[in-house]
Amino acid sequence: MRMARFWRHGDRPFGWITLLAALLLLGLVGGIAVALWQNSALSRDAFGLEFLVTSRWDPAIDRVFGALPFIQGTLVTSALALVLAIPVGVGAAIFLAELAPGWLSRPLGLLIELLAAVPSVVYGLWGLFVLIPAVAKPLGVALNGSLGFLPIFEGPVFGPSRLAAGLLLSVMVLPTIAAISRDVLFAIPNSQREGALALGATHWEVVHQVLIPYGASGLLGAIILGLGRALGETIAVTMVIGNNLDLSASLLHPGYTMASIIANEFTEATFDLYLEALIEIGLILFAMTLLINLFAQLLIWRVRRRTVGQVRV
Amino acid sequence: MTLATQHDSGQSSLPAAGSAAPPRPPGAGPASAPATRIAIHNLTVHYGTFCAVRNVTLDIPANQVTAIIGPSGCGKSTVVRSLNRMTDLVPGARVSGEAILDGENILRPEVDVVNVRRRIGMVFQRPNPFPKSIYDNVAYGPRLHGVRDRDLDEVVERTLRGAALWDEVKDKLHQSALALSGGQQQRLCIARAMAVEPEVILMDEPASAIDPIGTLRIEELIADLRATYTIVIVTHNMQQASRVSDVTAFFTMDEDRAGYMVEFGPTIEIFTNPRNQLTEDYVSGRFG
Repeated sequence: MRMARFWRHGDRPFGWITLLAALLLLGLVGGIAVALWQNSALSRDAFGLEFLVTSRWDPAIDRVFGALPFIQGTLVTSALALVLAIPVGVGAAIFLAELAPGWLSRPLGLLIELLAAVPSVVYGLWGLFVLIPAVAKPLGVALNGSLGFLPIFEGPVFGPSRLAAGLLLSVMVLPTIAAISRDVLFAIPNSQREGALALGATHWEVVHQVLIPYGASGLLGAIILGLGRALGETIAVTMVIGNNLDLSASLLHPGYTMASIIANEFTEATFDLYLEALIEIGLILFAMTLLINLFAQLLIWRVRRRTVGQVRV
Repeated sequence: MTLATQHDSGQSSLPAAGSAAPPRPPGAGPASAPATRIAIHNLTVHYGTFCAVRNVTLDIPANQVTAIIGPSGCGKSTVVRSLNRMTDLVPGARVSGEAILDGENILRPEVDVVNVRRRIGMVFQRPNPFPKSIYDNVAYGPRLHGVRDRDLDEVVERTLRGAALWDEVKDKLHQSALALSGGQQQRLCIARAMAVEPEVILMDEPASAIDPIGTLRIEELIADLRATYTIVIVTHNMQQASRVSDVTAFFTMDEDRAGYMVEFGPTIEIFTNPRNQLTEDYVSGRFG
């Protein structure tokens, strides 16, 4: 009897086990951070904060390392991917959740979920053999021809480029954004739609005045998941970005990302400083994704507090 | 209970309204005793193969409160939802028959539903304020229909006063509507419907999710609104129907579960001297 009370009929050990699982997760994140930090000591001592803002990557002669081209490449390609994927992804979600009849919405939704499960190396192959020859170069030539006066569309035009990587990433994050946004829209109570329609709102007005504000925090979450995939994507980007230390602003030039330099050169890192410079890039990528997610979480909280508030019925 | 004839003449036009008020179609107002606002003729609604309500013929009188009562599943809600075309949202719903508003059959597929819904507002069973401020909830409809921002303050205040909610919320207009109590939320939803100045307000069991005090407030509000609007209220609460309505329609179900209207008449007649045995059984509590 006393034992039963102490264990609270199993609730207490259950609580401990789940606490342990949660702590394990926290420990893993902390462990990764510590390992990256310790194993990049040589590089951090040698270059300090300049590592973040210099662009020489010379393992052969001077043994000098700077991460700026990779940071720039990662940020530019991910941003491009989001700019392209958000309108299409959210648009597709609106169609699936609000406009498409059931017989079309269900199979189409399944297809989108399948797309999210395609391995990235397959996307990479498709990017290499289809996207670059069919889209990136002709598109690049057209952009350079019409808007070449802008630094971001400066020539010469290459096939493998930041543009190609951004396009491919947008295709890859599209299903994530579309599928989650659709679920967010599905979860909005019908009474919200009816309330607006009954006041004489059109479908479009319901979507952009009622549903999008109501689901804002969820839609933001969908976008952040997409961004997470874009930031860390390695193999597909490596296959189409051209792997070049070019630091120009042009989307039409080849570039490099943090993930792809690590993947490309980790096995070739013949001396300790080289290896630790790569690990420091890993540390930066880790910190960057952590910061972006933290910022996104704050944004989601703010949106949620502003819209949902306290519900009493 | 006030019977309708007392407030028929001259009450049909909307109260002095800002620039938002659409001109009322000529000839719409009733000249003499109970004019019909919506004439429903042979309304039948199917959901797929299931017939939810069959051959309803009912004249909804202008500037009166019409209650629709009856057991669960008898098609009460379906009737009101078809009047502002909410049935359009249900896949597989088919509506036939007529509902004539100012000479136009609003059930025809070609009719401009946005316009129908503007003229026939609706309040739902559970309060469904938008997760916006109280002000923005009331302003939502007027904004949709092009009321300019500088006129909105006046529209919001006038509407909230009309809904007897102004004194309770005037100091927190810009706080979330979701922080209000359930009853206040529902009165806010009524105000939101009033803000677009409809001619008819449909209420689908508006107090069923509200506590007794909140219910009382809503009933008082309905009594006030009758001067300006034509109101149709669906309720499963017979006391409520007898308290708030001028005329009552009693619905029940056929053997195939299709709803139909049994009897329609002045509320006092339906409750004290029904012509039909089914009505008598229902209002005296022997059935349903």
